[in-house]
Amino acid sequence: MADKEPRIVFQRPKSLLPVQMHYCPGCPHGIVHRLIGEAIDKMGIEGTTVGVAPVGCAVMAYDYFACDMIEAAHGRAPAVATAVKRVHPENIVFSYQGDGDLASIGMAETVHAATRGENITVIFYNNAIYGMTGGQMAPTSLPHQVTQTSPYGRDVHTAGYPIRVCELLKDLDGVAYLERVTVDTPSHVRKAKRAIQKAFTYQQEKRGYTLIEIVGTCSTNWGMTPLESMDWMRENMLPYYPLGVYKDIVAEGYENIHEAAKDRAKNVPIVMQEAN
Amino acid sequence: MGEKVLMKGNEAVAASAVRAGCRYYFGYPITPQTEVAAYMSKIMPKIGGTFLQAESEIAAINMLYGAGAAGARAMTSSSSPGISLKGEGISYMAGADLPGVILNVERGGPGLGSIQPSQQDYWQATRAMGHGDSRHIVYAPNTVQEMADLVYLAFDKADEYLMPVVLLADGLLGQMMEPVELPPEKTEFPEKPWATTGHHNKRPHNVANSLYLQADKLEAKLRERYARYEQIEKTEQRSEAFMVDDADIVVVAFGASARIARSAVVSARAQGIKAGLLRPITLWPFPNDSLEATVPQAKAYLSVEMNMGQMVDDVRLAVHDAHPVRFYGRTGGVIPAPGEVLDAIAKLAQEVGA
Repeated sequence: MADKEPRIVFQRPKSLLPVQMHYCPGCPHGIVHRLIGEAIDKMGIEGTTVGVAPVGCAVMAYDYFACDMIEAAHGRAPAVATAVKRVHPENIVFSYQGDGDLASIGMAETVHAATRGENITVIFYNNAIYGMTGGQMAPTSLPHQVTQTSPYGRDVHTAGYPIRVCELLKDLDGVAYLERVTVDTPSHVRKAKRAIQKAFTYQQEKRGYTLIEIVGTCSTNWGMTPLESMDWMRENMLPYYPLGVYKDIVAEGYENIHEAAKDRAKNVPIVMQEAN
Repeated sequence: MGEKVLMKGNEAVAASAVRAGCRYYFGYPITPQTEVAAYMSKIMPKIGGTFLQAESEIAAINMLYGAGAAGARAMTSSSSPGISLKGEGISYMAGADLPGVILNVERGGPGLGSIQPSQQDYWQATRAMGHGDSRHIVYAPNTVQEMADLVYLAFDKADEYLMPVVLLADGLLGQMMEPVELPPEKTEFPEKPWATTGHHNKRPHNVANSLYLQADKLEAKLRERYARYEQIEKTEQRSEAFMVDDADIVVVAFGASARIARSAVVSARAQGIKAGLLRPITLWPFPNDSLEATVPQAKAYLSVEMNMGQMVDDVRLAVHDAHPVRFYGRTGGVIPAPGEVLDAIAKLAQEVGA
């Protein structure tokens, strides 16, 4: 037994480039990047994957992923990803977006890419704040949450309520799979990894639009230590943004979004017409 | 010779774009250019292309950005208010050196303006399609035939110089019908080793990006890009001269207003006024060389435009202080009559003793 071959049990995913990331200490973006990298490696799809980076903290993700990358304008990643997928339908196309990018400036692009059933995967990091610009109120900031632009706490009478993205998208017929996960514990990390792989697999199987929401933290702009921010997230974010699968058309017994949509509208004659 | 067909300008643009290899069209409805989208929606499914009615002009231009990055020949079209929305994506395309073709069938502005033809977006097209230092080739057709020919050329130039190329037309050219001979179907296209097509484990990853967090790197990138712009200014100027050689009064007009100005020039000649027409076909690069060539002979210049006076600035820059440069225009969607332009020519001829 002394001659046992050394075995690698843990290493950087090959689809993540060997560069130092710019994220703050304790920021979960690095974990999420790693999970995407692991999914790409496991599926052997680095050469056929194109990622679309957002504007926000993950703006420089194009320097981290080894697959081809495109930097989109703020909020427009779903529109860019739509075209990239239409030009090369055999490629796996994902966007990586934060809450301001996806649910504020890019909400139109988000909703319409979803309802068109674009066969892309959106990785949505929700930490209830604008990180890159220094901690302003986000569309997902919680009521009474103090930010740079809600210094007295988010006042729902003037700033309205946060958007629950999975709940908002789940009724759209173009959506194949929606799951909200987090990465605060090893078991949650494993669950998040499975969700991301499942989304990429659904895309490969041409089932429809997939989005994985990762509820995360921003210890820097929340003004907490990384551990405190995880506690705050568990206490406040997770009850407001419950984890779980919000839509899975395969689990519902359908092959793809078109089957599911047709079933839902089976009493509508025009929907049941054969396509011209 | 190919067959001549009677087509609307908007349809000729679409048909010619397809022949130039355009297989992706992204648009949002707006008058007076909707025929482009209607044509594309009919033809694309039949030739394996993509017609996509986007949720907004902003989404459409960002789809053009994505398709350009992915290596495809793609276009979008809109009219003035919609073009303003596209400014964001056009700037990003310039910043990421991505090709794409953008058609503006201008209408009256500002704001919602009117739906009649105008040339009020000259400054926008030639100066500031989006934020930041950037240039875009701008073609100004003045016939349905040129709508077809210039959009065909635009795809080649966009790929050659890796930049968005703009076709600046107006509601008159878009809506009117003329006989047109469509160009042949293109079969050969340039290689795009920079495109984000998936690296297939054969090369390092490609990145389409306009972000440079270090100012000196951005400056170096811009200087490199401007060297390319300088080359374009030297080699890509296009214009048409009509009775300019012996002209005392050189009328400068582009697009639809050049058609009217041409009639006025002919009438002026009949009255004994030596008028000529210089018609810029590229608005950027502006045809400075052919305009400068008229300076020794000319006595005065008249810029005729369907706006409050925009291109006249470029005429002044080309002519310097050599001769008086005047402007005549109608705006807001009003098309000048040849008689009005003739009066302006006659008045200027009298002023300079021509």
